[in-house]
Amino acid sequence: MLEIKNLDVSVEDKQIIKNLNLKIGPGEVHAIMGPNGSGKSTIAHTLAGKPNYLVEAGNVDFKNEDLIAKDPYERSLLGLFLAFQYPIELPGVTNASYLKQILNAHRKSRGENPIDAGEFLKILKEKSRNLNIPMEMHSRFVNAGFSGGEKKKNEVLQMDLLDPSLIIMDETDSGLDVDALKSTSEAVNKLRDGKRSFLIITHYLRLLEYIEPDYVHVFGDGSIIESGDKSLASRIDNEGYEVK
Amino acid sequence: MNKINKDNFKQDAYKYGFVTEIEDEKIPKGLNEDVIKLISSKKNEPEWMLEWRLAAYERLKSMEVPKWARANIADIDFQDLYYYSSPKDFKDKPKSLEEVDPKLLETYEKLGIPLKEQEALAGVAVDAVFDSVSVATTFKEKLNEIGVIFCPISEAIQRHPDLVKKYIGSVIPVTDHFYATLNSAVFSDGSFVYIPKNVKCPMELSTYFRINASETGQFERTLIIADEGSYVSYLEGCTAPMRDENQLHAANVELVALDNAEIKYSTVQNWYPGDEDGKGGIYNFVTKRGLCKGKNSKISWTQIETGSAITWKYPSCILRGDNSTGEFYSVAITNNHQQADTGTKMIHLGKNTKSRIVSKGISAGKSSNTYRGLVNFHRKAENSKNFTQCDSLLVGSSCKANTIPLTENNSNTSSLEHEATTSKISDDQLFYCMQRGLDAEEAQSLIVNGFCKEVLQQLPMEFAVEAQKLVSISLEGSVG
Repeated sequence: MLEIKNLDVSVEDKQIIKNLNLKIGPGEVHAIMGPNGSGKSTIAHTLAGKPNYLVEAGNVDFKNEDLIAKDPYERSLLGLFLAFQYPIELPGVTNASYLKQILNAHRKSRGENPIDAGEFLKILKEKSRNLNIPMEMHSRFVNAGFSGGEKKKNEVLQMDLLDPSLIIMDETDSGLDVDALKSTSEAVNKLRDGKRSFLIITHYLRLLEYIEPDYVHVFGDGSIIESGDKSLASRIDNEGYEVK
Repeated sequence: MNKINKDNFKQDAYKYGFVTEIEDEKIPKGLNEDVIKLISSKKNEPEWMLEWRLAAYERLKSMEVPKWARANIADIDFQDLYYYSSPKDFKDKPKSLEEVDPKLLETYEKLGIPLKEQEALAGVAVDAVFDSVSVATTFKEKLNEIGVIFCPISEAIQRHPDLVKKYIGSVIPVTDHFYATLNSAVFSDGSFVYIPKNVKCPMELSTYFRINASETGQFERTLIIADEGSYVSYLEGCTAPMRDENQLHAANVELVALDNAEIKYSTVQNWYPGDEDGKGGIYNFVTKRGLCKGKNSKISWTQIETGSAITWKYPSCILRGDNSTGEFYSVAITNNHQQADTGTKMIHLGKNTKSRIVSKGISAGKSSNTYRGLVNFHRKAENSKNFTQCDSLLVGSSCKANTIPLTENNSNTSSLEHEATTSKISDDQLFYCMQRGLDAEEAQSLIVNGFCKEVLQQLPMEFAVEAQKLVSISLEGSVG
């Protein structure tokens, strides 16, 4: 699915990622944990192709394609989804029309016709119900004035709608209370179908108690310094990042 | 790697830049009494109309071309212009579509305005103005049945002289300013609308202006009168061929709303904007003014300004009737070397008058975009209110946006509210949309349409979708 080899990344002339290697197979759930400010979110942004994140060395193979050579929208159409830590507001754009437009962009790339309005409404109702999203939210502007929980739910709704093969979650647990964390995680777990892969970036153990990873990596000093199974996450939670 | 480069420009495709190969008939170049007499005789005008024109011309001789716009305007040689051009042998307006030159019908077809009634957009009547003449007006008879007059102004001058005499020049005085006076002397065609008492006009009325001939100015004159208790929604569209020269469109539009009447006037202006180096394009110098003459009357202007090399206009409302309301909703988009200096004037004279201004300026490329507005409360305009919101959106770093809001408050009991913002399309917004599968152009278009939403939704439904597309097309090439 995804293979990162010897990756160096710099942002505004400062090297953040140094010689990163990571391989994610189909259906696998990987978690990257690391202290605040360690640059673990840089991995997410680099994979999604954020401007100004410069790949200085190494390469990334995604579904047998050279990911780094592609534009951000091409990566999305290829099946890479990044759930943002801080979803962006789009004033004046209603959520429903936005969701329909991004869905149609993906349908178009698959050679399908734009979705019929009635069918879209049906799908939107069903998927919103699963996430306890009231339909009223879709007539508001994208993320504008949304609570932290609503923004994150809206991200999960989009990943459900676009049916990606790799989901990268960047600090999805931040800003969520226990109930919202639980329902969001449940929705994410429903997307675990044995084929779809996940890369979960988080500071805390609590998200991983709801979404159980197959592998846990500890990120520090621009690279992965330790890998293990989910027991590694519990150890870090008890002992902190400083203790090895 | 994937740097979003917003300073790259490519020529956007102006879809309406074609020329109709049709023989035209022009009167000699130049501005003088003979030319004015010739225009008047071509239109079979009564004597009083010619005298009115000549009086305007007399005044014009002592007037100066205004220079205060925040725009670089090349000097115009008013003696080197054609003031009248029509398709050859176009003596009388065709009585029916069968008599209209098929080339003209084809032209409007290509512009997306079918004139055959059975093919036309349901619920929209169209007056098609080609250079200096109206070539067809649809649904005239049907409207006539309920007393609505919708015809070219040249026809109204002959058939409804009392109405024209009473109202022409009553909102924009003949002597108002150079271009308004020039228009009064040489105006050619435009639309005339009269809605009788207590009639809600059942169709959208629209005029489609097309400039085709070269070296020719178009001097549109439109007059709309809504009698007591009536309602009308009117829309105009405009396009022109791509040419290296600058062409002048100097229009006068007057609206009069009597007691309890409402006029909604929408413009989708897409004149040729010139090429990416700023060569050619229309000079769109237009005077538009509405008079809320009666109590409880309302005039609402909505404009989507995407075309023209230079747009210079201030659709305004004079709120004379007590409790009258004026509105101005505007989207002005400039790209490449386009210049816009546009806004509105709200003149509050009556008691309890209200006005609302929502202006959205979008600048890209090397363009310049100015909002200029005046809100004036007269001493007697007790308890009046204005709300103004001016938002500017910058695309790239080589464009300019200015906001010049003036207020004059002579009433102790009136209040003004003003909000203004300037923002750039953020890289974060673009990246977010692109991460979900939209390419750079689609992402930008989504964000810009969101920015304009408040104004776009004022447009009649039939045109809202087209306007959204136009907004996107106008900015094509401004993201790399």
